[in-house]
Amino acid sequence: MASAEIAVDRAALFEFLTRMGDNTLILGHRVSEWCGHAPVLEEDIALANTALDLIGQTQLWLGLAGEVEGKGRNADALAFLRDAAAFRNCLLVERPNGDFGQTLMRQFLFDAWHHVMLTALTKSADPRVAEIAAKAVKEAAYHLERSSDLVIRLGDGTDESHARMQRALDDMWSYVGELFISDDADRAVAAAGIAPDPASLKPEWEAIVSEVLREATLKAPTSAYVHKGGRRGVHTEHLGYILADMQFLQRAYPGATW
Amino acid sequence: MYAQLVKSEGMKSAAELSPEERAFQERIDRGEKIEPKEWMPEGYRKTLIRQVGQHAHSEIVGQLPEGNWITRAPTLERKAILLAKVQDEAGHGLYLYCAAETLGVSRDQLLAKLHDGSMKYSSIFNYPTLNWADIGAVGWLVDGAAIMNQVQLQKTSYGPYSRAMIRICKEESFHQRQGYDIMMKMAQGTAEQKAMAQDALDRFWYPALMMFGPSDKDSVHSAQSMAWKIKINTNDELRQKFVDQTVPQAEYLGLKIPDPNLKWNEEKKGYDFSEPDWSEFFEVIAGNGPCNKERLGARVKAWEDGAWFRDGLLAHAEKAEARRAAARVAAE
Ligand SMILES: [Fe+2]
Ligand SMILES: [Fe+2]
Ligand SMILES: [Fe+2]
Repeated sequence: MASAEIAVDRAALFEFLTRMGDNTLILGHRVSEWCGHAPVLEEDIALANTALDLIGQTQLWLGLAGEVEGKGRNADALAFLRDAAAFRNCLLVERPNGDFGQTLMRQFLFDAWHHVMLTALTKSADPRVAEIAAKAVKEAAYHLERSSDLVIRLGDGTDESHARMQRALDDMWSYVGELFISDDADRAVAAAGIAPDPASLKPEWEAIVSEVLREATLKAPTSAYVHKGGRRGVHTEHLGYILADMQFLQRAYPGATW
Repeated sequence: MYAQLVKSEGMKSAAELSPEERAFQERIDRGEKIEPKEWMPEGYRKTLIRQVGQHAHSEIVGQLPEGNWITRAPTLERKAILLAKVQDEAGHGLYLYCAAETLGVSRDQLLAKLHDGSMKYSSIFNYPTLNWADIGAVGWLVDGAAIMNQVQLQKTSYGPYSRAMIRICKEESFHQRQGYDIMMKMAQGTAEQKAMAQDALDRFWYPALMMFGPSDKDSVHSAQSMAWKIKINTNDELRQKFVDQTVPQAEYLGLKIPDPNLKWNEEKKGYDFSEPDWSEFFEVIAGNGPCNKERLGARVKAWEDGAWFRDGLLAHAEKAEARRAAARVAAE
């Protein structure tokens, strides 16, 4: 257990863990905004369930991040008391919900990455990371199965559902590439065998996504432009509002127990 | 309750019953369960549809006041608990729509009636959740009142409804405990938290008492529903039980029930308490509660915005079926 920590820079490991935990936190927040507003009751249930899984994973990733950091911050302190620039989630997960098609496409593109990533992490040299991944990967597999299925059915549904899903894909596409760009922190944790190099996940992600899009009769955009910044703390305007909501009580009543 | 002011169809005297109706009543009196395929009087079926439908609508509209605080829950743990609770409520809606379907009415038909205002949901969900303690108060008082009603309904005569109640009750008691736990934290917290807790109790007390509906001791509708065991206790009996259970819990929290007339009555071994303002209740039922427009508006918007989604899934299912049929023909 200690060996992995010795072999890698603590700051790089903290960076990696907050990237994992902030992704699930912010996506969980976005998904939870649907509660009670979904197009059918089954989706209300499924979305609440997805959000619940993501918040549960957040507790584990950020809990470990706080431990690794060693400054006495727990998962709640990291979630509720950091400002936007300290958040490390990718830009994709902070995209607004839009219509249900946008929410679903965002989820699918993320789930495909998440599943590939977590599968790799189950073999992490850090047993704490491997343990979290082993639990999370089962949930992510289910999320991916669901979102793939719905993308296919709606892509190959009516003209309107097809058009909406294509528009959602076009809108979300340029926010995905960021997940496959490696920086120094990524290289450090990869060198220590803790996590895969992000770039190495791309072929498998592409295989999953292209197969689903083919069945869904949707076309991947040809533009290669990639929006980036979230993973190093440069976010879109949306994150500030998410945090204003999420952190309100902790900020307004500092030191209270809930 | 979750089902308030449910009109029952035709109360007949024993002499007026047809042989079939008499045999049916005897089965109920013996404590037998009525199952979907079995004969039942039309009035029994219609009354149950109204009651189960209203109950189902209450569960799904009930997602909204609590959903209002999911994104602002103060800790990850509280957020997870609240998400799980709201998910449970949607699940309760699902079981209940399924129970209603066994009576020959589809979920879409019931939803159409909710959306056009011809079917109601519990008055309680037309009140706002204004501070975090409201989430505690809802679990403690609203789920608490719901349990009071649903525990007795486990013994209801209609099999599918009774079984739905048994499943639902287990989850509702979790909700109530979790709500009480939030209240406890708030009541033992900072002065500001205590004030929020008291404010929540002040605002939710009377609306919670209204959940049981106005006194029905002289109501023919209730008498018929009770004869059919669609309703087991009167509204007043349940309200009394609820007050008797809740007052000591409020005392334990160190909170004050907003009723100057509340006092123990040794003779009846229960509390005397003030009636809620029934004119307010009827206004809320008529659509004039503080959140009626938002609540129903949110449900209608979700339904309308989701039309393309539902149509898309249906179209896909038809295409897939056509492709399977074509493949079968090709294979022959
Ligand atoms: Fe419920
Ligand atoms: Fe409830
Ligand atoms: Fe509940």
